[in-house]
Amino acid sequence: MEQIYMDHAATTPMDEEVMKAMLPVYKDVFGNPSSVHSFGRKARQILDGARRVMAASIHADEKEITFTSGGTEADNLAFMGTALANRDKGNHIITTVQEHHAVLHTAEALEKQGFNVTYLPVYQDGKISLEDLEKALTDETILVSVMYVNNETGIIQPIMEIGKLLKNHQAYFHTDAVQAFGLIDIHVKELGIDMLTVSSHKINGPKGIGFLYVSENTKISALHYGGEQERKRRPGTENIAGAAGFKKAVELAMENKDLRSQQYQAYKQLFIDGLKDNGIHFEVNGDIQSAIPSIVNLSFPGANVESLLTNFDLEGIAASSGSACTAGSVEPSHVLTAMFGKDNPCTTNSIRFSFGIFNTEENVKEASERVSRIVKRLTKIRE
Amino acid sequence: MNSNKDTRVVVGMSGGVDSSVAALLLKEQGYDVVGIFMKNWDDTDEFGVCTATEDFDDVVRVCNQLDIPYYSVNFEKQYWDKVFTYFLDEYKAGRTPNPDVMCNKEIKFKAFLDHAMSLGADYLATGHYAQVREADGRVEMLRGVDDNKDQTYFLNQLSSDVLKQVMFPLGHMPKSEVRKIAKEHGLVTADKKDSTGICFIGERNFKEFLSEYLPAQPGDMQTLDGSVKGQHDGLMYYTIGQRQGLGIGGSGDPWFVVGKNLKDNVLYVEQGFSNDKLYSDSLIATELNWINEDVIKETFTCTAKFRYRQKDSAVTVKLQDDGKVFVEFAESERAITPGQAVVFYDGEVCLGGGTIDEIIKNDHALDYVG
Repeated sequence: MEQIYMDHAATTPMDEEVMKAMLPVYKDVFGNPSSVHSFGRKARQILDGARRVMAASIHADEKEITFTSGGTEADNLAFMGTALANRDKGNHIITTVQEHHAVLHTAEALEKQGFNVTYLPVYQDGKISLEDLEKALTDETILVSVMYVNNETGIIQPIMEIGKLLKNHQAYFHTDAVQAFGLIDIHVKELGIDMLTVSSHKINGPKGIGFLYVSENTKISALHYGGEQERKRRPGTENIAGAAGFKKAVELAMENKDLRSQQYQAYKQLFIDGLKDNGIHFEVNGDIQSAIPSIVNLSFPGANVESLLTNFDLEGIAASSGSACTAGSVEPSHVLTAMFGKDNPCTTNSIRFSFGIFNTEENVKEASERVSRIVKRLTKIRE
Repeated sequence: MNSNKDTRVVVGMSGGVDSSVAALLLKEQGYDVVGIFMKNWDDTDEFGVCTATEDFDDVVRVCNQLDIPYYSVNFEKQYWDKVFTYFLDEYKAGRTPNPDVMCNKEIKFKAFLDHAMSLGADYLATGHYAQVREADGRVEMLRGVDDNKDQTYFLNQLSSDVLKQVMFPLGHMPKSEVRKIAKEHGLVTADKKDSTGICFIGERNFKEFLSEYLPAQPGDMQTLDGSVKGQHDGLMYYTIGQRQGLGIGGSGDPWFVVGKNLKDNVLYVEQGFSNDKLYSDSLIATELNWINEDVIKETFTCTAKFRYRQKDSAVTVKLQDDGKVFVEFAESERAITPGQAVVFYDGEVCLGGGTIDEIIKNDHALDYVG
């Protein structure tokens, strides 16, 4: 049975070309970019080249790109790094209830250190409200962190409006753009973004690398101590092969942005239409008109996440849910709980399907058939 | 019959050595094996550590060694409703419940079996020491060959319809062999200690655990003729035949629990292991399950166990009109305990069982037992 990957928001397969870009680096470039000899320079060249591409992809300056080990570290650095460096300006941080745990758990850690954190609510359409943000802002606010696209629902947040709102406020604006990057045009200066998180493995690049854009005027402390790498913001010998692969992945993403957007949107439609044609009862979580092409989150009334995901996997469908269900505990999705309330069954019967380069029209159609079959079977059993 | 390759077997995996080896054997026999970890109880401690997480981790490691898929499923709600509620109710009624029997009946071989079937399984397998045999068109349950490990006592409430869908890959081997296989294959669970006690209590102090759910009402310890011998901590903490923890000093033979008076909150105690008050000659059982009802006659002789790991005793069973059974012992029995299971055997075949309800001696119910 053909295994069909529908979980590109979790991670993506590496592009063939990315691998091709990395192999010679693994083979021939082992130098330390900080070294003063030719071996080091060769490595440094690759790193600089990658940084240039990262910067161009979001219309930033090369100096504003800090490589990290990935999205989580970039979120941590943005959040904690600015909070600690700007304590003299205030003690208040605003974020949202639907952030990735890389942000939420950092916020909780800061609360323990005495910061006040406001968690903006999210509504049934999957978005936060600007009014709420405006009300929450105070003179003490030093940081606002709102994700660009939610990783569970795919709903795009009003980033441009937030940027405008914060234009004349001291608070820095951070956005986790891990799910947005590669499918949405991001112009950090025009959008008023001070910090932005990107991860390589979500865009068909290698794992273990990401970057944080930090605008020139942002005051930020390092969270690690060591050498002078990454302008002292992120010490440690750099991941050169990773940077080479990440660079290729970003180039491909920029080249194919429109094509991929159209493709993934078509896959999503095809998938949903297939379910409809099979008479499957489901609901889309969040306003589908505001969703990124690659992600759709569906609730299957009468089913539950555990059975759905287990059955999907046994039938060769790889999908996931925001409800953690390891070791037999179903923790309802914090995002869907925020949108619909903790007693709404959709918090434990919803599945995220996310499309990407693994998919083709054929395998999406096939996936839709298999999912329909399973949902039919499971909801029948429960009736 | 499908070939093994096309036969899907869901193995209930606990993270222990038995279910690990059960999965291994099935995999070696070429079945399409799927490992599933079941969580029935949340025991997260004050450090946020949960044994379920650690056990699941072992399941993951074993399944990866065996190269089989693994998943988990949560039955906390069903377990609470069907097993734990019964467990507390029985204690409240002054009896000594057997949650493992109930867990097998309601969870492992009902809710979990349904779940397995919803995953397209042909069979559900567990690491229990018992055997399933098809003979004369009937599906029977036999004792595990390891006398010391036989678990049919806990499985007495299964029906032949359920057993048809069940495999016990360890039933034909001794525990030592199971450990040996685990070691030979380098399974990470090879040396893992067997779990002891009731699953949701684990290694914790039983008294402390129970006191979190049921208020303890201390009262008098008396002999049957009314002489007060001391204080008990709450009737639920004692079981018939118990010697430990009574704290009655003085000379002479040690003291034993012989009964409970729920109404007056009195624990009855008498002196001497072989005290007459501990003995009875028959019992009445309820909640009867016959694995193959058609082989059960109105009156028949067989052997029975009144508690786990006890040697069989010869009995005569008489079905009553009210659905209960009257069980007469060939020789008088010591410390029969209401709430425990009585399980019947015809040689190696487990016939079924029920719950001990009334204890009888010389045609009179021993009301003092409780």
